[in-house]
Amino acid sequence: MSVSVPPFETFYDAHKDEVLRFLHRRVGRERADDLFQDTFLRALRAYDRLEHGEHLRAWVLTIASHLVVDGARRERPQAELLIEPGGDDSRPAFEELAPLTDGLPPKERAAVVLRYGYDLGYDEIGAALGSNEQAARQAASAGVRRLRKEAQEP
Amino acid sequence: MNPVPTALDERFRTAAAAAGLLDLAYDVLDETPVGPLLVGVTRHGLARISFESDPETQLERLARLYGLRVLRSGRPVDRVRRELDEYFEGRRRAFDLELDLQVVPAFHRRVLAELARVGYGRTTTYGALAARAGNPRAARAVGTVMNRNPVPIVLPCHRVVGANGSLTGYGGGLDRKEWLLRLEGALL
Repeated sequence: MSVSVPPFETFYDAHKDEVLRFLHRRVGRERADDLFQDTFLRALRAYDRLEHGEHLRAWVLTIASHLVVDGARRERPQAELLIEPGGDDSRPAFEELAPLTDGLPPKERAAVVLRYGYDLGYDEIGAALGSNEQAARQAASAGVRRLRKEAQEP
Repeated sequence: MNPVPTALDERFRTAAAAAGLLDLAYDVLDETPVGPLLVGVTRHGLARISFESDPETQLERLARLYGLRVLRSGRPVDRVRRELDEYFEGRRRAFDLELDLQVVPAFHRRVLAELARVGYGRTTTYGALAARAGNPRAARAVGTVMNRNPVPIVLPCHRVVGANGSLTGYGGGLDRKEWLLRLEGALL
């Protein structure tokens, strides 16, 4: 049996602190306030189309992450995503990644943070990045490789 | 974990209502003479006043009745808040509010429409109200309608008493009924 969707107040109350914390880390305090409101307005717009109440935390972090990536894309166009075949699916601890991820291109950064910091599935991350599961897997994997490489450079 | 600052929280709640995205906006009026009241407003009007003011116990029910997009938001409730304040201070004798009774069954709505015509400071009986709603023998059913009145005080079910003049009953408890009738000068 699937979990029913809770009243929006319950959902908002359960996730607002974490969403704001997530946005603070991604874009800084000032932009985070605007994106916080946009995130929950967007969630509210889609809320009555939800079919069940599972993975709502992942869902709302995905929306937030999508807005972060959108904003970054508008501000400074990024080089094409480096995509290499084959995935490295080992999982470094988020604590080790967090201080390092700021140097990544937005898509890879979002994929790495959502995958390893928030434990989202690749399908959900794919939706967040406006692409698909495969691209999300590759973005996360490319991000991790890039981080490893940077870490090894003297 | 850092909680969301109040200003940011309120900003979102106001924006959500202003964007017309809520099925029901509610707020709790903490300090009324009859205790805390939960007030709910849809885009069509006042839908709910509840003496059971703890949102925890109310949210699921409100969501089932009005839709999932239920959110605490003070601004949409401001007008109801102001009119209730004026009423409690004895400065208002009739409410000028749009009502949303869409979730109320037809017979209930007919009875509530008659109830709305019972003026400030007056009382009527369950039987008389039943007769005015077209079914003189439905006094007991009218009692049920009063008990389930979605907007007590504004639709004045406190003005309905037993045929022998006893207060009989009230969804919010007899103390409140008595207080409201005294406020209106219907009880000495």
